[in-house]
Amino acid sequence: MSQAIITKINATVLTVSGYDDFHLSEMVTIGEKKLIGEVIKINKSNAIIQVFEDTSGLKLFDKVYPSGKALSVTLGPGIIGNIFDGIERPLVSIEKQSGIFISSGVHVSSLDEEKLWPVEIIAKLGDFVKHGDIIATVRETSFIVNKIMIPENISGQIIEIADSGEFNIKKILAVVKNKDGEKFEITMTQTWPIRIVRPTCKKKSVNRPLITGQRIIDSMFPIAKGGIAAIPGGFGTGKTMMQHQLAKWSDADIIVYIGCGERGNEMTQVLEDFSKLIDPRSGCPLMDRTVLIANTSNMPVAAREASIYTGITIAEYYRDMGYHVAIMADSTSRWAEALRELSGRLEEMPAEEGFPAYLASRLASFYERAGYVENLNGSEGSITIIGAVSPQGGDLSEPVTQNTKRFVRCFWTLDRSLAYARHFPAIQWLTSYTEYLDDLALWYEENVGENFMDNRNQLLKILNEESELMEIVKLIGADVLPDNQKLILQISKVIRLGFIQQNAYHNFDTYVPLEKQMKMMDIILYLYEKSKLLINIGIPMRVLNSSGIYDKVISIKYDVPNDNLQMLDDYFLQIDNFYDKYKNA
Amino acid sequence: MEFIGLNEVNSSFIILENSNAAYDEIVEIKVNGHKKLGKVVQIEQDKTIIQVFGNNDDVSLNNTKIKFTGQPMKMKLSDEILGRVFNGMGQPIDGLNEIYEECRRNINGSSINPVSRTYPKNYIQTGISAIDGLTTLIRGQKLPIFSGNGLPHDQLAAQIIRQATLGINSNEKFGIVFAAMGVKYDVADFFKKTFEESGAIERVAMFLNLANDSVAERIITPRLALTAAEYLAYEKNMHILVVLTDMTAYAEALREISSSKGEIPSRKGYPGYLYSELASLFERAGIVRGTSGSVTQIPILTMPNDDITHPIPDLTGYITEGQIVLDRSLSQKDIYPPINILPSLSRLMKDGIGKDFTREDHQDLANQIFSAYAHVNDVRALASVIGEDELNELDKSYIKFGKFFEQYYLGQGKFENRSIIETIDLGWKILGLLPKSELDRVSTKILDKYYQPTSESDF
Repeated sequence: MSQAIITKINATVLTVSGYDDFHLSEMVTIGEKKLIGEVIKINKSNAIIQVFEDTSGLKLFDKVYPSGKALSVTLGPGIIGNIFDGIERPLVSIEKQSGIFISSGVHVSSLDEEKLWPVEIIAKLGDFVKHGDIIATVRETSFIVNKIMIPENISGQIIEIADSGEFNIKKILAVVKNKDGEKFEITMTQTWPIRIVRPTCKKKSVNRPLITGQRIIDSMFPIAKGGIAAIPGGFGTGKTMMQHQLAKWSDADIIVYIGCGERGNEMTQVLEDFSKLIDPRSGCPLMDRTVLIANTSNMPVAAREASIYTGITIAEYYRDMGYHVAIMADSTSRWAEALRELSGRLEEMPAEEGFPAYLASRLASFYERAGYVENLNGSEGSITIIGAVSPQGGDLSEPVTQNTKRFVRCFWTLDRSLAYARHFPAIQWLTSYTEYLDDLALWYEENVGENFMDNRNQLLKILNEESELMEIVKLIGADVLPDNQKLILQISKVIRLGFIQQNAYHNFDTYVPLEKQMKMMDIILYLYEKSKLLINIGIPMRVLNSSGIYDKVISIKYDVPNDNLQMLDDYFLQIDNFYDKYKNA
Repeated sequence: MEFIGLNEVNSSFIILENSNAAYDEIVEIKVNGHKKLGKVVQIEQDKTIIQVFGNNDDVSLNNTKIKFTGQPMKMKLSDEILGRVFNGMGQPIDGLNEIYEECRRNINGSSINPVSRTYPKNYIQTGISAIDGLTTLIRGQKLPIFSGNGLPHDQLAAQIIRQATLGINSNEKFGIVFAAMGVKYDVADFFKKTFEESGAIERVAMFLNLANDSVAERIITPRLALTAAEYLAYEKNMHILVVLTDMTAYAEALREISSSKGEIPSRKGYPGYLYSELASLFERAGIVRGTSGSVTQIPILTMPNDDITHPIPDLTGYITEGQIVLDRSLSQKDIYPPINILPSLSRLMKDGIGKDFTREDHQDLANQIFSAYAHVNDVRALASVIGEDELNELDKSYIKFGKFFEQYYLGQGKFENRSIIETIDLGWKILGLLPKSELDRVSTKILDKYYQPTSESDF
């Protein structure tokens, strides 16, 4: 067999010749340090390889070793609660080997091979099994039961099976014989190439919301389980904060948080916070349902490109077990820029703004891995993708935002002027949209309240009217408006401050149950109705303002704890009293 | 082994045939007896491209000898570097001896493992209200100053350096690393004088690449500075403040080199890897577990044409943990420091202030000032249409608030050093110009405790 050698080095991109049996996406190791790389292009005479580590010190004619396998991740118990780099190397193990700085050429196994897991075997000798069938369960964390599934291309009869007990991940749990007499050993782990979609039975339509506890999302622009959303926003508008809030409070079973080309301190913060925070629904530490993929901005750019795929493959693995997984990708723009950087080094013809022409198709192939599906083993699971987009110069017309917009159905635009006024979450209600309303209307009607969608639409309508009025106010001031329009401004203020604005650092305002969201909308609209009646009988807005009722409604979010929602009923009485008092004034 | 003879020479690169070079290694280039350094930036089968530090004016195809060192660029380090002045390549230019060498470090550094980091939480008091009160600087943070040509960013940085203290429990060692990239001689001299006058010079290491120095060296200078900073912080347990100026010149240098290498440009001619390059510098701030030191960065950049959406400030803002934005119109109103607080931000602030660090009301107060000042702009826009006299009482009080805020809170002397408590109290005093009912960002409890109505005559 011929030996592959390096014939050109251009930063993280190598040209390799002398070996003609590489296949695309094959993982390779390079040089004495055995750096990890991937084949990204093949010619007749040579192959192009991107390297996931620093290439300093590589020389011409250094050897390159093919692996025969596509770039893959190892899937098995031990993923949840862990923090990995872009190619699924656990950062804690890397720290043990190379200290506080990540050096190149570190080789660690993805999963702990020594740790003993409590395994419960559920398959029986003689059972016929196929790809995706569950033969055993393992309690992976306080939250998650890992289900050991039959890997791809294996089907047949179980001819050997272990008893339940405590084993490490290498233990052979079962042996399956197929109809040709071939035998396959099943352990707790399997590998999967990150760029290939894990198969499912079929995609289903979405009809349940991902409940996030964030009012502007749940009540205004909801997303479905299995849906796709993008959060575009310039720097400082709160993308990362929003992602953290969603990772903390959304009602997915598992969160895969991909820090793609972002700040090191942010990943540390997630790690520290999530270990301490307790999930409100299950009472377990949040880290017990979270996987972190950290490829910070100063880590090699090729691994940044891979980190997105590593994350989604892990998500698909847990979806296959029947879990609802949510992926936070922060930020997809860094990923797109990594594509651009590599494309530049490959000297490809650039399209818009220097991005490669295949940007759109890559984005599509990533986002389309989301969805609500029926798995091969009959269970149902979903993957929801929430991708942050960091548009250059905050300009939403740039290629990454525009191409992303084509593939997402939920678009939460973050607005600079809201952020400047420290109005958070800075989601701009006039430019954001969701296409899931029709899919979710029935669920909201049945589970939250019949007039939920009506309430939502009315609030948005009032806000819209406000923005039109503001055009006039900017020119002539608010004083000259008639009282009914002044009321619109006042109610809008109540909606903006009391409902949309939400304090992530407040004890209970950080997560608000749907029931409270619904009631708050009811109260605000009731107040609007009653005020309108008073205005109609000629009571001036100036007088109504002095009642203090509007401020009271604004501070409902801080005054009514989530576990004492009957307090909300009292507000209707207060509004009635307010009405009665001024009616006869 | 020495190679004689080149294949090609241009202003910043030399290319030679066949060599046994390693990627990224340093080469010694001898031209007519004097030496300079270069770095291997690309290797192909029949050519090795070497980027030369210094100029290529005297190089011909035949008079040059090249020796490969087999090493990436390393710098000599010991705590003697404090109090010294180096050029952009790390050679002493203060007339004193070479540095005693305790160890050598690769100047490119490696990325800090996120699990080895400690999340920064302790604030640094700068004595400047706009920073301490509204965009608090945290130890281990990277907080750039976005400025423009002709704005007093140097004075602001100098004031931060003069006044920065670590708070009460600070018997800890504090040092400054200063890197100048492509700045004018006067700017470097200004900083040198500042360090001397404040008595800080003994704990400053200066790396100077001036405007007329080599562009290729400009890429090296910040890496030397940060390698020195990491060494002092993580091995000598010091708290290091790194001032990098001017990042715009650094990015321009990258563009110049990239284009002479014939690379495909992306935005405004900058190379596609500008983000990664900037990140490889800025991410070298932080605190790591197991040491008590920290690296805090204050990079300064001048926004071309004051445009915050230009690729340099834009990419910087996505990497750094906030930004302090200087504003020309404030400066023209003679307000120093002319910090426009609305686009300014400190991402780490929220965890480093409050009850355990500064005071319980700090965050609420800051939110309220941001919110009220944002409204001032709306009112001013209205006033410019209908005239100030036509405004209602409430809007008039906002106008007054805006004016006093700029004059008394933002504005302060270049040598005025306010404590954090003074700054917070001043914030309340200025908010006192607004009616209590307008303060909707402050919880009722804190409002009742700290709010006092004030009037013009109180100032």
